[in-house]
Amino acid sequence: MTIPLPFEPAPHERPYTVAQVVEAARGALEGAFPALWVEGEISNFKTYPSGHWYFSLKDPSAQLRCVMWRSDARRVPATPEDGLRVFARGQLTISAKRGELQLTVRELLATTEGGFFAIALARAKAALERDGLLDPARKRALPAYPRRIGVITSPEGAVWHDIVAVIARRWPGTELVLIGARVQGEGAAEDLVRALALADRLERLEVLIVGRGGGSKEDLWAFNDERVARAVAASRAPTIAAVGHETDVTLTDLVADVRAPTPSAAAEKAVPDRADVVRRLEATAAGLGAAVARRLDLAGERLRHAATRLGGAVDRRLAATGDRLRRHAARMAVACESRRAGREADLGRLAAALDALSPLKVLDRGYAVARDAGGRVLRRVAEFPAGTAFRLRVSDGEVPARAEEGR
Amino acid sequence: MSGAPRGGEPGRPPSLEEDLGRLDAIVRALETEDVDLDRALALFEEGVERLRTARERLAEAGLRLKQLREAADGGIRVDDLER
Repeated sequence: MTIPLPFEPAPHERPYTVAQVVEAARGALEGAFPALWVEGEISNFKTYPSGHWYFSLKDPSAQLRCVMWRSDARRVPATPEDGLRVFARGQLTISAKRGELQLTVRELLATTEGGFFAIALARAKAALERDGLLDPARKRALPAYPRRIGVITSPEGAVWHDIVAVIARRWPGTELVLIGARVQGEGAAEDLVRALALADRLERLEVLIVGRGGGSKEDLWAFNDERVARAVAASRAPTIAAVGHETDVTLTDLVADVRAPTPSAAAEKAVPDRADVVRRLEATAAGLGAAVARRLDLAGERLRHAATRLGGAVDRRLAATGDRLRRHAARMAVACESRRAGREADLGRLAAALDALSPLKVLDRGYAVARDAGGRVLRRVAEFPAGTAFRLRVSDGEVPARAEEGR
Repeated sequence: MSGAPRGGEPGRPPSLEEDLGRLDAIVRALETEDVDLDRALALFEEGVERLRTARERLAEAGLRLKQLREAADGGIRVDDLER
């Protein structure tokens, strides 16, 4: 049954349904307008668990309702706030459900310098600063002679090979552990966070290099992600950040313990130069030899003093032999240090021999010193004609003696 | 000056840092302290041993390359890597 109309429709007219009218208008609109850029101020911004964004773009005299679907919204580096001026690119259409003019936004750019990247970066930096993670006092020192070094970077590309080359040249007696991660593009931030968590589980890791090669600001973006920066700040091992760009400092660079302009430079900071360390070691070795030789000199001095205090003439030949041995020992000590190990034990034996030659020790072993009435030491048989009286110095005193008849 | 000949955890060889630090201390002690000959020789012997282990460590040549991954069971695995 048809509803009586207030007017008589012409034969070619008939009522349309709402859906038909809206659909027709939509088609006409979409046909007339290609995708276009609109500049305006964001207002009434709302986001739902679905991930879709709903907002209005307004200017002083008009407003336009907008929707940005989740798949497109995800690519925007920061969530907009009311009042932000933006450029929105999209398709003008009519939302059938709401019967409204709507811009389906595919791309969103902030009009401020640096756009949404700068906005996101500023927010993340403020959060890190508030939590004290940018405090210079937090920075840890690197170990002097690391035995195990981690490297978080892309397994492809030159960075890993550059680092390997530098370490192989400077400090080869170590272990380099690669932890692969994407360093740009979709999923890179998540990869980096995962790699940092893995690194924390590795035993005895002494230093961690996080790096990538050069790239544009967008390429480096993952290293400005707040989650990545926090993971670097929380790393158990001290970190060296090398995010490839002198002029584009990332948050990762700011929270790391040490910064390097390139991955190769990071490798140079991570390890010492073996040649330098060897030089320093050999200088110390020479110092050791010289110090011991001086000690032996001093000991020789003291021996001489002790011997003269005995009173009477010291057996000069014994003293001379002692001197020769001492000089020999000193020369050996110095020579030892410029040759390989093994000879050092000789020094110990020489020192013991020196000690044994001390006049007092000689007497202890049963030797005796014969002296005439004037105190002159008698050495040869010819000096003992029969009947000669002399005094015999033994280990604990003197004994009067006389040479016997017959030999 | 006292000091155990081997520092660090028991069963672990002394680190290069320990050896070099101890060597410097020994040379300083021999140069400045009034130690008797026995003590001087004991320090010297320790110094020689430290020199030996430090030289050994510095002579290590082959750079070892590894890769760290997450294992299927959620643990971690460290595999050798070709240069």
